[in-house]
Amino acid sequence: MSAFLHTSLDVVEEKISAVGKSLGDQRELYLGLLYPTEDYKVYGYVTNSKVKFVIVVDSSNTSLRDNEIRSMFRKLHNSFTDVMCNPFHNPGDPIQSKAFDGIVSGMMVQTG
Amino acid sequence: MESLTLTDIEQKYYSDLFVYCDTDNTKKVASNGRVLDLFRAAQLPSEVVLQITELCGATRLGHFGRSQFYIALKLIAIAQSGLPLRVESLNSVKDLPLPRFVVGKNEAEARHAALYQDTDSQGLYPASATAVIPRPPGRGLQNKKGPPSSTPEPTSPVVSPHQSPPTSPHSWRKHKRQHSGGNADRQPVVAATGAVWTQFREPQAGPVPGEGMWPSHSPPPPGQESWVSFTADTPPSSALPAMHPSSVQESTTIRTVASAATTNEIQRQSSGYDDPWKITDEQRQYYINQFKTIQPDLTGFIPGSAAKEFFTKSKLPILELSHIWELSDFDKDGALTLDEFCAAFHLVVARKNGYDLPEKLPESLMPKLIDLDDSAEVSESTADVGYSGSPVEVTPNKSPSMPSLNQAWPEMNQSNEQWETFSERSSSSQTLTQFDSNIAPADPDTAIVHPVPIRMTPSKIHMQEMELKRTGSGETTSAFPLSQSGTSPEALKVVAPPPPPPRPHPSHSRSSSLDMNRTFAATSAPGQPQPSTIAFPPAVPPRPLPTQAEVAPGGGAVLTTTSPQQIPQQPNFADFSQFQAFAASEQPSSLPEAEKSSEGAGPLRTVKSDGQADERSSATVNSAKGSSGPLAPPPKPVRRRLKSEDELRPEDEQHGPQKSNVIAAVLATQPSIPRSVGKDKKAIQASIRRNKETNTVLARLNSELQQQLKDLLEERISLEVQLEQLRPFSHL
Repeated sequence: MSAFLHTSLDVVEEKISAVGKSLGDQRELYLGLLYPTEDYKVYGYVTNSKVKFVIVVDSSNTSLRDNEIRSMFRKLHNSFTDVMCNPFHNPGDPIQSKAFDGIVSGMMVQTG
Repeated sequence: MESLTLTDIEQKYYSDLFVYCDTDNTKKVASNGRVLDLFRAAQLPSEVVLQITELCGATRLGHFGRSQFYIALKLIAIAQSGLPLRVESLNSVKDLPLPRFVVGKNEAEARHAALYQDTDSQGLYPASATAVIPRPPGRGLQNKKGPPSSTPEPTSPVVSPHQSPPTSPHSWRKHKRQHSGGNADRQPVVAATGAVWTQFREPQAGPVPGEGMWPSHSPPPPGQESWVSFTADTPPSSALPAMHPSSVQESTTIRTVASAATTNEIQRQSSGYDDPWKITDEQRQYYINQFKTIQPDLTGFIPGSAAKEFFTKSKLPILELSHIWELSDFDKDGALTLDEFCAAFHLVVARKNGYDLPEKLPESLMPKLIDLDDSAEVSESTADVGYSGSPVEVTPNKSPSMPSLNQAWPEMNQSNEQWETFSERSSSSQTLTQFDSNIAPADPDTAIVHPVPIRMTPSKIHMQEMELKRTGSGETTSAFPLSQSGTSPEALKVVAPPPPPPRPHPSHSRSSSLDMNRTFAATSAPGQPQPSTIAFPPAVPPRPLPTQAEVAPGGGAVLTTTSPQQIPQQPNFADFSQFQAFAASEQPSSLPEAEKSSEGAGPLRTVKSDGQADERSSATVNSAKGSSGPLAPPPKPVRRRLKSEDELRPEDEQHGPQKSNVIAAVLATQPSIPRSVGKDKKAIQASIRRNKETNTVLARLNSELQQQLKDLLEERISLEVQLEQLRPFSHL
């Protein structure tokens, strides 16, 4: 599992470095890491501060549409910025915000 | 009423008195009964009292608003000094002693006062404090009967006074604070100003820091005990004595108080509060003072780093501090306004006392405009007495308002970053400010930078304003034809420079923007601006000036301060004053609306920007939320925006989205708005709308002019080509 995560991160990096546009696509929908056995999709999202969000979705859940993923990333990004606003939070530490966790779990439940 | 300038001391004193009289806890209106008692206690002849009441405008309004109350207090001080009662003397008399109120029902009180001033009486107070303090249930009055009198104390005579003043809790705190401060450093201060003050306070008696054995109360408000320890821990407390001596005297005394004193205070405060999260007045005062150590401007923000340092001193684990921050940073801007700070502080205190942190912010800790009135008054020594400026918190004060706001947010969050700023405008003051900074650089001519209280204008008034605008737009537009003399490049050059075009437009209201649309659409390309300008022949050039003049009496401090500033900068404010005058006339009827709108305006905040002034002013504006408690701020901003959009829609469909943004921008111009009451807010809101319209009109005009410029350049080029073609022939 973690191997896939790292692979997907590599792909995200690759995409970022290839970016000639202004700041890089804010919302990069990366759909393609589909392993024959694993059957999952990985979506990548990079913020302007180079923070990367990766969502791994089971392929069996075919009902997930692009916009849904985008909205999920948007929500993730918003909650993330809220967490970052907290002066007590050191960037790099695992996020311990309950609100953030709540939002994330809500999203996961919502998308099944 | 003319503006009232108060010194810090006076400001504090008056705000305390206002709270004392604010029996209904409305934070806006002092109950007549209490106020009259107070006036009687001033030992002035009744005719004088009547005269004062009339002068301050209470009879006109029918109640004592904050500004009226302050003016009345000042007049009392004037009367007590033997000076004739004049409105002009309000500001002209310098070094006026604080009004004195003899509430003492018996000699004991007088003695008590003497003791109080004595600062040596500190010992007395603790004892009396123990006896007396009947816990004030909430901020309300509390008749301290029974227990105070029954408990035997050395200061038993002092006990009776306690019973009389109903506002014991409030006065206690003040009183107590002074006592607790009654250390050496307090003496000189107290002697200067506390003397008078204490006279008033002492009947309430020295609940001072005593070893407060308060009868057990319902769950002691969190942080009561820990408050002390926190105080001891935090270096800021020691730094406090260094702070401005005059206005913060009491607070400094509190700061320097020994922990025992604070404990007593805290315990005292804990009485009778059913809501464990409720912040008592004293606690709030303490928080406010702490806030001041970090951020002298009570309407400003404490940056996250400073707050982090401060709260780390409380020695709570970082995780809990992080959680507290999440709870209290309501608008998620990374900075704490006064209200947020108080909530955070309160949570820290609670945690230190062993209370578990809630999962979500308790309602009583929600940033509320209302709660900030006291603190705002303390901090603000401006003339805008009536405007309880306080760091405004956008977000909903009450939970009912939350759902609507939450509903609004998801939709708004769909937009891009740019728009997120706008959408969050409704939720936080910082958002509003940020929006302001976004817009302001883009168009320096806009009036956005100038804070203006927002007023929720009923559509009727809106239409009337539109009429005003329409008529008033003529003069500025008349200047336009001059610049639009011809199609020659020279004329164009005259036209091109930004200054001339904007000038006519500021007077355009939404209606005038409609007119402009019509005229623009009707006219041909080259001469477009002309017809539009001509379309407003009924110029009312003198109007802005008279209205500006009118503004001063009508609008109070707000207009006088804003319009002079604005006039040299932008002609926009000519209309501004029109509306203000107009709004002033509308005020009596729309006062509640104004309050509502101000409350709505409060929530209309954008993300925090660097502009402290903007934030401050927006905070002040927002803090003028008024007493309309039932109004939920979140629906207000949403409704406002919708309403503005609705109003705009009939005028100009195209500008709908633009205007909503403009409205947001205009709303963002709240910053640095001097506080004003009702009518001013409405006027300012009206002018905001007007400015917004003007902005769109100007933008349109700009594009039109650009188009004309292009056309003319093309013509020029063609002419030159022709010339070139002909030239060879000329050689023939």
